[in-house]
Parts: sequence; C-alpha cells; structure tokens
Amino acid sequence: MASAKVLRVRVESERCQGHNRCCSIAPELFEADELGNARVRGDGAVTPALEAKARLAVANCPEHAVRITQD
Amino acid sequence: MSARPPVRDWATDFDHFNLQWVEDPFPIWDDLRRRCPVAHSTRYEDGAYFASRYDDVREIAYDSEHFSSRRVIVREQKIPVVPSPPITSDPPEHTPARKVLLPAFTPQAIAKLKPRARAVCRELLERIGGAASCDGAIDYAQHIPVRVIAHMLDLPEADGDRFRDWIHRILEIGPTNPQVAMQTLEELTRYFHGHVEARRARPGDDLISFLIAARMDGQPLSQPNLLGMLRLLLIAGIDTTWSGIGASLWHLATHPEDRCRLAADASLMPTAIEEFLRAYAPVTMAREVVKETSVGGCTFKEKAQVLLSFPAANRDPAMFPDPDRVIIERAENRHAAFGLGRHRCLGSNLARMEMTVAIEEWLARFPDFRLADGARVKWSEGTVRGPRRLPFVLGTARNPV
Repeated sequence: MASAKVLRVRVESERCQGHNRCCSIAPELFEADELGNARVRGDGAVTPALEAKARLAVANCPEHAVRITQD
Repeated sequence: MSARPPVRDWATDFDHFNLQWVEDPFPIWDDLRRRCPVAHSTRYEDGAYFASRYDDVREIAYDSEHFSSRRVIVREQKIPVVPSPPITSDPPEHTPARKVLLPAFTPQAIAKLKPRARAVCRELLERIGGAASCDGAIDYAQHIPVRVIAHMLDLPEADGDRFRDWIHRILEIGPTNPQVAMQTLEELTRYFHGHVEARRARPGDDLISFLIAARMDGQPLSQPNLLGMLRLLLIAGIDTTWSGIGASLWHLATHPEDRCRLAADASLMPTAIEEFLRAYAPVTMAREVVKETSVGGCTFKEKAQVLLSFPAANRDPAMFPDPDRVIIERAENRHAAFGLGRHRCLGSNLARMEMTVAIEEWLARFPDFRLADGARVKWSEGTVRGPRRLPFVLGTARNPV
C-alpha cells in the first residue's frame, strides 16, 4: 500500500532575517524564537488543510528562507 | 528644499530632494528602470548611485563587502561617521550589536504593546470627535509612533514635538546642511545622556534600562554604543511609521472602493497592510562603496554614496505584477519595505502592529472620509517618504462625504 507523501516546511536559518511573514501567514506552522527569527513548529508536517498557507508562507518570504519538501 | 538646480537628466543628475521626485517619484523610477537601470549624480560628495531594479537593490543589500552601512543617509557633503549600531555596523560588529536589541522587538514582545497603541489611537480619535474635518497626518498619524516609543523608552510624551523636530532636522534638512546635521545629533546625544544617567541611578522596566543592563560579547555596552542605539531607536521609529500610517490613510482617502471594502471586511487587513507597505514603502537607505564593484552592469566607484531604494524595488514589474496598482488582497507579496538581508528593519514587528492598529481604529471611527477639495498633500523629502499634511473631510451616517 503506497503511503501518501508528507509535505513539510523548513526554515533555512542562515537565510532567515526575522521578517516574520511566515509566522503571520501560517502561525500553525511557524513561530518566532527569542530573537524573532522563524522556526518550524514541531516536525513541520503540513496537513492538507494548511497546504495553501504553507505555500503562501514560501511565496511571501523576502529572504527565500522558507521551503517546502516532500518525503 | 527651495531653489534646487533643475535636474538635467534623471539618469545622470538625479536629485531625490527635487519636488518632482518627492511628490511622484514612480514615473521617474519606471523610466530609469527601462533605460538605465542604475542612475548616477554628482550632486553628492564623491558621487551617488541609485539602483532602480529589485534584483540590484537586493544584491547591494546583501553585499556588505563592497557596500558599507557606515553611512545610511546620502548627503551633499559627507559628515564624520557617527555610529548608531547596529544600523551603521558592518560584519563582524553588526551581529552582536543587533542581538542586543532583537529580544525587545520580537513579535511576542511587540504584542504586549498592542493595547497601549490601541489606547493611544482611540484617545486621538476621541479628540477629533465629531469634527467635520481634520488633518490625518497632523492630528492622528504623527502622534502614534511618538507615544509608543516614548512609552517603550519611558520618556515624557510631552517631548514628542522635540522628537519630531530633531528627526525633521536630521532626515530632511541634515542631508543638505552638515551643520544642522551635526548640531542636531549632538542635541539628541545630550538629551539621552541625561536620561541614561537618571536610569543608571534608578533603573526601571523600560528600554533604556534594558540597554544599560544588556551585555554585548559579555561586556556592558560602551557609552557611545548605548547612546548610538538610543538615537537609532528614536530616529528610526517615528517618521517611518508616521509615514506608513499616513500613506495608508492617503490611499484610503483617495480610493473609496478600497476604503469601503477594508472597512467592511477585517480579514483583508493583513494583505492590505503588506500592500500599503509595498506600494508606499517609506524608507530609502544608503550605503557607501568601500571596494569598487559592478551591479546591474554599472561600476560602483569606491567612496561613492548609494541610494538604496526599497520603494523603487517594490515597484519593479519584474518582481511584482501590475506594480503601480494597489491590490489590497495581493496574496504573493515579497516586498522589501523593511529592507533585505542582515539589516532587516529591527522595528518591523512594531511598525506593522502600529499600522494595523492605527488603520483598524481609524476605520472603526471614520469609515467614510476623503481628501478635502483642493487639498494639497505635502510629502516629506529625502530618506523617509510619507504625507506630512492630509486635509480630510470626515463623513457621518447623516452627512456622508
């Protein structure tokens, strides 16, 4: 039985400058750390209901620091 | 700025204090983007460049090896470098200085200030009350960031007029008048010196006390660094957000359809605020070329000044479809209003919060308003662009505008 592919979000910390766009758009997936830089909540798995928000978080990051991967 | 020599050609003689640039720079930037794309001017000491395309602005912002932040204002005559870390810092000094301030400006820290900002907005609106007209820049927008930063630094709100006067002299008069620039920076330093000494004796729960207690690489901040950071917090946090709020109100006053939609549907607010930030980005930064290089096919000569225009980047059609149209539901908006790279505006969470609260509260009180007939909107000059006079007619249910 083929298992469904899991989408995950990732923040490339060396690129993130703390614009906080991902945290505003998808607070279910991202949060700000103690310096205001973004990190993924939990394991970053994106439920189908959050997929659109995850893609918007990618499309709005001024530093191209937010990525979506599939495993 | 009166009696400036007329511009011969924007590509070779640009002047960002020229009235045409101040009032409506967008057609000038479009033209430069098409035929240049990097403009030059000898009006400024050692020459100045202006990059008009998003990709070039981004490349410069990311390149601290060739472009130093030690001068963040383009000036006719350079003045001695006056450090205000971290905005004027380059690597490796930049990161430790920035880390001192970042915890005070995280989304979590700024959320705590939201009720205060809302109370300030409501009090200002209460004062405008049932008037049939007001000035949206003078009676409303200008006071909001001043009061919030005064609260954060625990400084008297009554000093607001002095703050705005200092900032006007530094950002608008200073770039073409070095004496005024230096004298004002000294006044500001003296002002903070007094408050720092008072706070050393009696620490409080405010940002000055926080910086006195802070450690950078394990050491307390030096007095010059401390005073530099405080100057930065004041200079960077007032005109900028005043401009953001004012430009948003100006847009809504001149675009009734957007005004009605936003007043009726609060879910549009997040994308609307980002779109106002994109289309009316207030802040243009500067760099100094410290090593000759080439960007956008243009050679940047050592010592030259660079106008780093995030507002122009935000209108680049290669990056934003239909860039001159304000689309309040624009979903994909990678704008650069708060800069790009390591110098991302430290106060961006604060600015966004203030803009959002200010527009929400204004629309709740005055969903119906427009520019007064024959009104002349006055825009600020130079580094920070925003409306400084906004004569509005205010409607009521009985008397719509």
